[in-house]
Amino acid sequence: MQALYAQLLVGLINGSFYALLSLGLAVIFGMLNIVNFAHGALYMMGAFCAYFLLNIAGIGYWPALVIAPIAVGIFGMLLERTLLKWLAGLDHLYGMLLTFGIALIVQGVFQNYFGSSGLPYAIPDELKGGMNLGFMFLPVYRGWVVVFSLVVCLATWFLIERTRLGAYLRAATENPTLVRAFGINVPRMITLTYGLGVGLAALAGVLSAPINQVRPLMGADLIIVVFAVVVIGGMGSIMGSIITGFALGVIEGLTKYFYPEASNTVVFVLMVLVLLVKPTGLTGRAA
Amino acid sequence: MPDLAMAAAATRPASDAGASILSVRNLEAWYGESHILHGMNFDVNAGEVVTLLGRNGAGKTTTLKSIMGIIGKRTGSVRFNNQEINPAFSDRIARMGVAFCPEERGIFSSLDVRENLLLPPIVRPGGLSLDQIFDLFPNLKERLASQGTKLSGGEQQMLAIARILRTGARFLMLDEPTEGLAPVIIQQIGHTIAQLKKEGFTILLVEQNFRFASTVADRYYIVEHGKVIDGFANSELRANMDKLHTYLGV
Repeated sequence: MQALYAQLLVGLINGSFYALLSLGLAVIFGMLNIVNFAHGALYMMGAFCAYFLLNIAGIGYWPALVIAPIAVGIFGMLLERTLLKWLAGLDHLYGMLLTFGIALIVQGVFQNYFGSSGLPYAIPDELKGGMNLGFMFLPVYRGWVVVFSLVVCLATWFLIERTRLGAYLRAATENPTLVRAFGINVPRMITLTYGLGVGLAALAGVLSAPINQVRPLMGADLIIVVFAVVVIGGMGSIMGSIITGFALGVIEGLTKYFYPEASNTVVFVLMVLVLLVKPTGLTGRAA
Repeated sequence: MPDLAMAAAATRPASDAGASILSVRNLEAWYGESHILHGMNFDVNAGEVVTLLGRNGAGKTTTLKSIMGIIGKRTGSVRFNNQEINPAFSDRIARMGVAFCPEERGIFSSLDVRENLLLPPIVRPGGLSLDQIFDLFPNLKERLASQGTKLSGGEQQMLAIARILRTGARFLMLDEPTEGLAPVIIQQIGHTIAQLKKEGFTILLVEQNFRFASTVADRYYIVEHGKVIDGFANSELRANMDKLHTYLGV
């Protein structure tokens, strides 16, 4: 029983990262119509940013949680302004190739300087240790990651679905030309949206640093699964990507307990099944 | 061919409502490779309702979109309140007080009616309050929580007009507001336009429905092959009926 709970927790943690990353992908795809293959590299940059802050500037985990998403978000906005904006109106393929190329370059640069092995990042003192819940032992940091990710995901959902700014964003996703003709600076909104999606990826990177170590390829490994999650959930649905992210993490965890041999493939099997039955994804709108 | 600017001046009603608020000169526009507008010339004066008439594909919608800054490739001069707005991006043009209601209405399906109504930002003071808007369009008040595209065609058209009345823009461009609507709704839209005119709005209307246009317009311009080929005031309508039938082929 202990092992089952442990795997469930691992599943929830992976699900947190899936949710944060696929949420950002969904927001970016909705607004920019770009499948952002650089997402994993930006997630990695978030983790490295926290690592640099600690080891160069002596700035710890809590400020890094704010600084890293902003810094990497700004980097993302520069990418959008200088490279991605030229892709407007072109076939998706160009966006995939460009962002995939960016990912390879970024990961290559980090690999050049830091190799492929992991760099340690310590759990902050406040979140060390664990709690005995009676039925299982819960490391505090892991509980924190799950709860905090959930809060961030729901806050993002609220921002997009329930606020005036979100209404601009949803409207511009549908008809950017008309929204601009109402007097809204849509190009600036697109840049900020990309920054938001990238910031969420970087935040996931910081959260993951104490658990998974900081590695140049940490994002490359994760992003494949995240794309499967996005395909299953349906591109462009906010709540859909949050729920699918957490759900698939848990399903993966359960598979590790009941049939470990399939744990690495279960997400992709599900993806194939969903694509066969409902090609737009579980919550996706028909194009 | 007569000098069109002069023709426009000559057809201005004697009781000139006001100074020229919009002045279009030699406006040309392209969709990709296809050349749609071939030198549009016309004026709209403050407080007027001016209607562009013409057959399908004559360039009426493109004219509105070019004024709004939505068509990427365009040349010539568009002066709004004596300021050149060609070329400028559409968000800037909107912020100068030009409001556009597109032919396809552009109601957002991912927004409810209230969000649709509140979407266009206020660009200057003096727009209608929500209460005034609900006086004009009582239907909307009861449907505020509905999904925008769940409204009937008539209600969507009302919503599309209503949302640009809030912004404070005093110059409205309405592209075929009666298209596909029931006669009773068309009548209501006509009342609304008359009411807006009374309150001092200036309106540039594109219409296929000539009968409807004749109930609201002060002046007409006939558009053919991307040019204004004729223009006359509503008072001269009877005298021009034959010509009009030829132009519109009705």
